[in-house]
Amino acid sequence: MAKQQQAPIIGDPRLAGWRRHPLDRRAFIRTLTFAAGAVYAGSRQAQGTVAQGTTTLTQWYHQYGEAGTEDAVRRYAQEYTEANPNVEVEVNWTVGDYPTILNTALVGGQAPDLFESSPNLDWVRNGLIAPLDDLIPEDIRADFNPRELATNTIEGQLYGVKIVVDTGGIYYRPSYLEQAGLQPPTNVDELIAAATALTDGPVKGLFLGNDGGISSMQQIMPWAAGSDFITADNQVVFDNPATILAYEKLRELNQTDALLVGAPTDWFQPDSLIQGLVAMQWGGLWAMPQVTEELEDDFGFIAFPPLAGASGGPAQPTPATFLGGWSQLVNAKSPNLDAAKAYAKYLWVDNTEAQRDFNLSYGFHVPPRISVAQAAEPLQSGPPAEAVNILNQYGRSLSPLWTGAMGAALGDAVTRIVREGADATAEVTAAAETTRQELQRLLG
Amino acid sequence: MATTTLPARAARRSAAARRRDRSATFAFWVLMSPMVVGLLLFTVIPIVWGLLLSFTDARSQITVGDWIGFENYQWVLGQQEFLRSLRTILVFTVFIVPLTFAVSLGLALLVDRAGWGRGIFRTAFFIPTAISYVVASLVWKLGLFNSLPYGVANLGLSNFGIDPIVWIGPGDIPWYWVVLVTVRLWLQVGFYMIIFIAGLQEIPKDLYESAFVDGGRPGWTTFRTITLPLLRNTSIAVIVLSLINAFQAFDEFYNVLGGGSFASGGNLSLARPPLVWLYQTAFGGQEYGRGSAGAFILTALIIAVTLIQGRVLGFGRSSAEK
Repeated sequence: MAKQQQAPIIGDPRLAGWRRHPLDRRAFIRTLTFAAGAVYAGSRQAQGTVAQGTTTLTQWYHQYGEAGTEDAVRRYAQEYTEANPNVEVEVNWTVGDYPTILNTALVGGQAPDLFESSPNLDWVRNGLIAPLDDLIPEDIRADFNPRELATNTIEGQLYGVKIVVDTGGIYYRPSYLEQAGLQPPTNVDELIAAATALTDGPVKGLFLGNDGGISSMQQIMPWAAGSDFITADNQVVFDNPATILAYEKLRELNQTDALLVGAPTDWFQPDSLIQGLVAMQWGGLWAMPQVTEELEDDFGFIAFPPLAGASGGPAQPTPATFLGGWSQLVNAKSPNLDAAKAYAKYLWVDNTEAQRDFNLSYGFHVPPRISVAQAAEPLQSGPPAEAVNILNQYGRSLSPLWTGAMGAALGDAVTRIVREGADATAEVTAAAETTRQELQRLLG
Repeated sequence: MATTTLPARAARRSAAARRRDRSATFAFWVLMSPMVVGLLLFTVIPIVWGLLLSFTDARSQITVGDWIGFENYQWVLGQQEFLRSLRTILVFTVFIVPLTFAVSLGLALLVDRAGWGRGIFRTAFFIPTAISYVVASLVWKLGLFNSLPYGVANLGLSNFGIDPIVWIGPGDIPWYWVVLVTVRLWLQVGFYMIIFIAGLQEIPKDLYESAFVDGGRPGWTTFRTITLPLLRNTSIAVIVLSLINAFQAFDEFYNVLGGGSFASGGNLSLARPPLVWLYQTAFGGQEYGRGSAGAFILTALIIAVTLIQGRVLGFGRSSAEK
């Protein structure tokens, strides 16, 4: 029987060499240098990029709520690699606070090659995002809605290509309205009256978000009153009686018992409407397939109604909604800038099939190319067609010069007006003054 | 026969000693360098960088150089919402510190006296300490204090004929404080209970026996005259730690009242502690210069409060000085 090898114990001659050189400096330094080299090489590999002639692009998306969207973008990337074997696209589906994660990556020099967002002046001035004018040739440019191109244009250059165009409106349950003998509201006073009349025990009249509409209505209600924020010629114009009245109406709405707050999901998800917690809800077009599936034809969709009687704004009261969505931006500091731009062009300019699929097969969005949108069968009739119509007539966007500091100043002012009964005139005037200072600082 | 002179021996010895010294110095640096490098890279350099940023007009970038003096500091101190966030954290501290103290001491006394199942109770109360603030906040927000009639708290109240309460949101009564305070209380009370139990076990049992011989009765009298005075050091540690933790509150406010850039943010401005305000300014608004200035102002405030507290409570002084 072979003698079993025993583990060395203290005093074992096999350990003599180890004991004599408990810490061999040269060996230690050699090991350390090797380890540092391996870590460095590994990190280069991870960031990037060139391994045996293959370029790996990193692309970030925020987490879309609709089932199937993540698989779809991974599939597009796969298809691109099949057509271009020397390019791989690594998709990062970012769960959580996407804008903050992206901002941090951008300033830390760890930004992906391509990412979803909207351009802003600071990113342009700091050379963080690449101009993309050459991605859309003149003949194709005519197929993009000029308003959408404008939201991605800063100082005359295009910095983003729209991926999806979004809009929102009020979903309502016709059966609830009929029971109360009501018609869909045609102005804000009727909306408040309807919300109050439709409130019945646990069922509330209206859902504008868990903060009573302070976020979701911040721009929509002033727009409905005929006001605006920063004009195309960079003027801050929202300190006017129309904006003030809009926020006073939001306060009035919050003082009724008709608003749902504290729901498990927020305004951008349709669950509160579907579960019968409310009769009317502010929501996005993206949720319409889910609403249709659950409520079939017991829902309607209208723009936010005009704030009748408002005056003093740059325009007359009007139905209101937002022209939103996400755009493809390209990291100007990417070591693979050309490859990244080529993929952006392939995916959201040339590949109309991907654009159709991503905008229509999961949640509903309006495809950015006019020809694709016009051919989009799901948007041709019923509430989806109504939503597109509302978007085309009333959709508005904030200026690309609107910054987080401006948003914070206005948001805090609206909170104080709605929650604490602060004087709307003083609050709006102060927020506009802050916005002017910030704009001046931004434009230098 | 060659003899070694004394100076030569001394020289050899001192050479050997020098070699030993060098080797010890080398070992010192080899062992210490990972920590020193880590400290420099992840603590000292970011602090210095942050200080430089606080004097820079750093928007959407963290490059220093566009110097603007104390403008960022002036801006932060002029912000109504920053000053309000300081008030918010003071209110929160006033609620949470005494409650944590009382509940954890109460639990410690109960658990310490429990005969059967002491270990089970100790573990059961301690386990929440291991749970993430984010997870607990979401359970509190979506489950327990959901504002709908089927939220756990509202269901419980409905048994007494009380209408559903909007726990997180607008309203004349700021019910959200109940949510914010209870979630932190649940998460941290087990940890402080363990500290109190350790303190209780340090108290000599013969003191109680002497008290009983002298006619003292178990209960309030012995608690007031023996237990509490002998828990002085433990109590101070609990107060200081829970106070510093309260000043650094972020997670429950952010997750209970807010919930990321996409969620309706209006509730967050109801009760925004300084760290949330700084986070929104620096990372949300990409104003890294202003954010850094705010961070240094907050640091100065925490240092000041800790020093004042040290004076008042005598923390860190020896027993002879007390």
